Amino acid sequence: MGLFDIFRKKKTEENSEKSKDSVESLSNQDNSAVLEMPEEIQEPEVEQNLDKTEESVPDHVSESVAIQEPQISVEPEAIEQQIYTKGLEKSRTGFAARFNKFLANFRSVDEDFFEDLEETLVGADVGFDMAIKISDDLREEVKLENAHRPEDVRDVIIKKMVDMYEADGVNEDATMHFNVNGTTVILLVGVNGVGKTTTIGKLSTKYQQQGKSVLLAAADTFRAGATKQLQEWGLRAGVPVVSGKEKADPASVVFEAVAKARDEHYDILFVDTAGRLQNNVNLMQELEKMKRIIKREIPGAPHEVLLVLDATTGQNALQQAKLFKNSSDVTGIVLTKMDGTAKGGIVFAIRNDMQLPVKWVGFGEKASDLREFKPEEFIYGMFKDLMA
Amino acid sequence: MAFENLTERLSKAMKNLTGRGRVSEEDLRATMREIRLALLEADVNYDTVKKFVANVREKASGADILEGLNPAQQVVKIVNDELTITMGEEAVPLNKSPKIPTIIMMAGLQGAGKTTTVAKLAYKLKKEENARPLLIAADVYRPAAIDQLEILGRDLEIPVFQLGTAVNPREIVRQGLAKAAENKNDYVFIDTAGRLQIDDVLMQELKDVAEIAQPDEILLTVDAMTGQNAAETAKGFSAALDLTGVVLTKLDGDTRGGAALSIRDVTGKPIKFVGQGEKPTDLDVFYPDRMASRILGMGDVLTLIEKAQRDFDEEAQAKQLEKMRQNTFDFNDFVAQLKQVQSMGPMEDLLKMIPGMANNPALANVNIDAKQFSHLEAIVNSMTPAEREDPDLINPSRRRRLASGAGRPIVEVNRMIKQFDQMRKMMNQATNGNFGGIDKMMGGSGMDMSSMMGGGMPSGNFGQKVQNFAIKQAARRLQKAKKKRGKK
Repeated sequence: MGLFDIFRKKKTEENSEKSKDSVESLSNQDNSAVLEMPEEIQEPEVEQNLDKTEESVPDHVSESVAIQEPQISVEPEAIEQQIYTKGLEKSRTGFAARFNKFLANFRSVDEDFFEDLEETLVGADVGFDMAIKISDDLREEVKLENAHRPEDVRDVIIKKMVDMYEADGVNEDATMHFNVNGTTVILLVGVNGVGKTTTIGKLSTKYQQQGKSVLLAAADTFRAGATKQLQEWGLRAGVPVVSGKEKADPASVVFEAVAKARDEHYDILFVDTAGRLQNNVNLMQELEKMKRIIKREIPGAPHEVLLVLDATTGQNALQQAKLFKNSSDVTGIVLTKMDGTAKGGIVFAIRNDMQLPVKWVGFGEKASDLREFKPEEFIYGMFKDLMA
Repeated sequence: MAFENLTERLSKAMKNLTGRGRVSEEDLRATMREIRLALLEADVNYDTVKKFVANVREKASGADILEGLNPAQQVVKIVNDELTITMGEEAVPLNKSPKIPTIIMMAGLQGAGKTTTVAKLAYKLKKEENARPLLIAADVYRPAAIDQLEILGRDLEIPVFQLGTAVNPREIVRQGLAKAAENKNDYVFIDTAGRLQIDDVLMQELKDVAEIAQPDEILLTVDAMTGQNAAETAKGFSAALDLTGVVLTKLDGDTRGGAALSIRDVTGKPIKFVGQGEKPTDLDVFYPDRMASRILGMGDVLTLIEKAQRDFDEEAQAKQLEKMRQNTFDFNDFVAQLKQVQSMGPMEDLLKMIPGMANNPALANVNIDAKQFSHLEAIVNSMTPAEREDPDLINPSRRRRLASGAGRPIVEVNRMIKQFDQMRKMMNQATNGNFGGIDKMMGGSGMDMSSMMGGGMPSGNFGQKVQNFAIKQAARRLQKAKKKRGKK
């Protein structure tokens, strides 16, 4: 049974249960203002609860969980789902509206149809190459399926997208990797203004609450106020920050922080780097240097190099991933500002083009709005309204 | 490489078209498809693309391009013209209030570059108009946003007004304006927090601030890398605020910047400035025609020339020109010239502005060693004053001394001196009005740029041809500009 069918089933189940609404409400998250920290004190309970259940049900996407043991998995999964559903509200309605508009114009499968389809897909930031690929693939398929009604066409297209998404993600490993004995070093990289420092702030809050000892390294010595910004996050999360002088060599800060983390046995060290455009060769080399130092001090480190991508970025996102991957062996992606985009198609493009797993996704300004990425929840959140 | 420029795309699409004399509806359709894809690929919003292509199609079928010699080129011209028109033909200057202060307010998403732009723009005004700006730090949400503005203000010696993060931004702005009136600042910048256009609470705050400040200029700051979402952002902000213009940031990246077109189309407001670099001076006036070429992937010669003009010290330049004419160009001038070229920024950036170079696959990984310049300089520094002034003095024994003095192999010294001689010859010809000489030089055994750049340039015939073409064009434009100035 493919993903597509699972979702279908899920959707049907949801429809039948709609009236009951047994899911615990998350209303306390809904009315909160931006960056209100006190809210998060309530977070660990939900989070831990969630983690525990997840542990006991390791592969919660498999049919057995979703279908045979609804009692156990309903609650945490529903919460997770609700967060995705809410966070992707804009993406979904944007995509659904666009898609429905496209379907409304459907008369027959001809050249115009494919042109419109390409535009619809590119319009959702699915990525240029992928949009063309989907439409090319469908050129044969739709003919085969002999679709005449809009609903048939819709199902074929969505199935195609889900299948492609699934196929591309076969060997994908979206889990975070930790150093079993010693400090785990996590390096964050990305272009300017995507939210690297904010992401570190959120991640360190999360891990701190899980009882890990966390250290932050303020290796963005270039941007005015960047160190201060990280220190502020450190203060909020109750996590120490290693910082250097303004305009100091970031590698020196990294060195100091790595040595401190290793010698004082911190569980996790987050390294915040300055934003850099991927085509700036000198700055990319600076990144390599930092990586070399980390590796020299702690063999095997950094255990994670996370590329932070702004979800509202267009085709350039792929270019960013390519060049950052080349210079610093990115192991995963953090997709930020997902709540601000009506597209979300970027997730398809990333998986299709980059062979890099999305590990975290940011739906808002609060620490709890940064979620582990659940591909299936994501897809479901995107296409929910489009499935009958 | 995924990106092809429109010219290539169209040439491909029209291959069958040329030589047949007549163009069918089918051909025109294929052409429009290529245009559409090229624009979508450059991140232009798809609604905008639709409108745009319809326009182009109308113009293209109306004009007699179908009988032209090279239809692809003509279509590109139509597209380019239409793009330029859509983006507003001419550069629009900053609005100024008849009496001081002129109030400029920033708005935009998180991470678009508002704070950086405030600092850059204030610095630009300070430098160019001796302005006395005041910066108001009204971002109380993002941790350390105020510190960022304060540090920038301190570095650039521009005063910053702030009341910490505990005060309502509306109050900060009110008091900041009072302060500006008291100090008689002629420009006031209001740096606001980044926000989503769908965040009603924060959008209301922005509206209130605008109400209080009555700004002469509300600039929407947009990341040039933004994708399809640019249209929504622009829509949201322009619905809430009376935007007067747009600043496009991070254009120094390798994005095509189709967002520029979408935003212009949605807001109808001019793009006034573009941010393209990390330094405070890296803010430029927006030129629609140049952006058009960029979106189409066709290079940006004008910016290159302008950059050269701005960064070159005119007086020194005039002196050198005179020297060249008299053929007394010596090593001192050579070093001065090197320094000026270096001050224009990384060589890669300059190269990318040359047409045909921007997306030239051969150039994709060009990495010109900045040290190359320092090496040349070191060799000159190892010369005696006499040698510097009279290059003909340098004999093999002296060359050996120079090599050991500069710590470079002797071949490098030889190469440099040879290049210098060629340069001198060429300059002499060029300044005496013989531009044809340059072509000959370049085409023949003349100055081999690739060897000078340390082998980073594309080798072979193709690279050479592109270079020649680009330099010829640049020279022609320079000449034109010269004539223009002469008339004045």
